[in-house]
Amino acid sequence: MSRASQLPAPATAATISARGIVKSYGATPALREVSFRAEPGEIVAITGPSGSGKSTLLLCLAGILQPEAGEVWFAGRRIDDAGEEARSRMRRTVFGVLFQFGQLVAELTAAENVALPLLLSGARRREALAVARTGLDRVGVADLADVHPSQMSGGQAQRVAMARALVTRPDVLFADEPTGALDSLAGEQVLTELTRAARQGGTTVLLVTHEARVAAYADRELSLRDGVVDGPAHEVEYGPGR
Amino acid sequence: MKHVVLGLLALGDRHGYDVKRQYEARFPAAKPLAAAQVYATLERLERDGLVAQGGVDRAGGPDRTSYTATPAGRAELHRWLSEVEPPLPYVGAALLTKVTLAVLVADDAAAAGYLRRQRAAHLDRMRELTRLKSDPASSLAWVLAADYALNHLDADLQWIDTAMIRTADLSKEMRP
Ligand SMILES: Nc1ncnc2c1ncn2[C@@H]1O[C@H](COP(=O)(O)OP(=O)(O)OP(=O)(O)O)[C@@H](O)[C@H]1O
Ligand SMILES: [Mg+2]
Repeated sequence: MSRASQLPAPATAATISARGIVKSYGATPALREVSFRAEPGEIVAITGPSGSGKSTLLLCLAGILQPEAGEVWFAGRRIDDAGEEARSRMRRTVFGVLFQFGQLVAELTAAENVALPLLLSGARRREALAVARTGLDRVGVADLADVHPSQMSGGQAQRVAMARALVTRPDVLFADEPTGALDSLAGEQVLTELTRAARQGGTTVLLVTHEARVAAYADRELSLRDGVVDGPAHEVEYGPGR
Repeated sequence: MKHVVLGLLALGDRHGYDVKRQYEARFPAAKPLAAAQVYATLERLERDGLVAQGGVDRAGGPDRTSYTATPAGRAELHRWLSEVEPPLPYVGAALLTKVTLAVLVADDAAAAGYLRRQRAAHLDRMRELTRLKSDPASSLAWVLAADYALNHLDADLQWIDTAMIRTADLSKEMRP
């Protein structure tokens, strides 16, 4: 039995949803009443032109930004009005985040980077490192375990960051242009592995991208334009999680 | 068509029906060839000295003539392979024609609605091809075909996105 399988399985009914989200930066409106819902295990591409509010929506859903109006629900509980402490605990446990530039800690090896979220949640070092190695293996970079980020190619660093985002077996993975800095073949491998790992683990993935070829890895698309969901009103799904 | 048949025969002698089967194995996502079309092409190639008949195989079933590419046939194949394809000499894809007419004939909202539905249909097809390509069981021929189609659909989609932005201006210009 692998170490990873000793971690708790993702909760069922881990629906994430938003209702009427409004967010501005000073006088600039970024989101104007956006509603959205993803079912557990769904892979949803969030698309739209530059400046349409994709990253802002992702940050609001992940509890990194607080919307001015509207609600964010996860697994049947409202989370946007939870305190910073509670939201940051969710990001360490049930949520995973993956951004364009892997954001690995330069001083740590790949295995230590991947083990970090587990260590922050109080796991023991030996066990966390063992789970991290399994995670690296699952995305095809087991041989990088003892390598530091400065010795990795962009594609390798991205896979390590992906292993880190998935190591806690999150219910929801928030990925913002995860292949934005990669050429197409390396990006393709990252996406293939990301979606395969997510489908195996039942992880919901919210994948921000402006590229149709990336969006095609998802089950469906949520398209934003000028801070609102693009498309006829009847296509818009919303509502709190069950 | 002529060069495709020559190319498949250059890989090894085969019967007319095998040519059809090989074509479908090498170009799995293409429209299947009609057997009659293959036989007609073989006849023409034989007349021009580019292929020749080999032995007749009587094992199980009706007689089947096998064909082989002649040296002249191979030379013609390599001449064709060294020639570049003209890059889009006529711009008249069905998508372009339809969008242009939609803008001319329908109102802006209807044209925008059509573009949005076309975009969704393109993305559906891209999802299907991506699934196929990501399946470890897919052959290289399938992956190559899916890559080709995905790149073209992606280019269409980028054009559709631009077209959606231009629609208003375009309709003003085309409707005096
Ligand atoms: N930190 C910020 N300060 C001020 N304005 C911001 C900030 N972040 C985003 N914005 C503005 O909010 C709007 C939405 O930005 P957001 O980053 O969500 O768009 P995006 O769809 O992710 O774009 P891109 O594809 O370029 O990443 C834009 O008008 C942007 O200029
Ligand atoms: Mg962004």
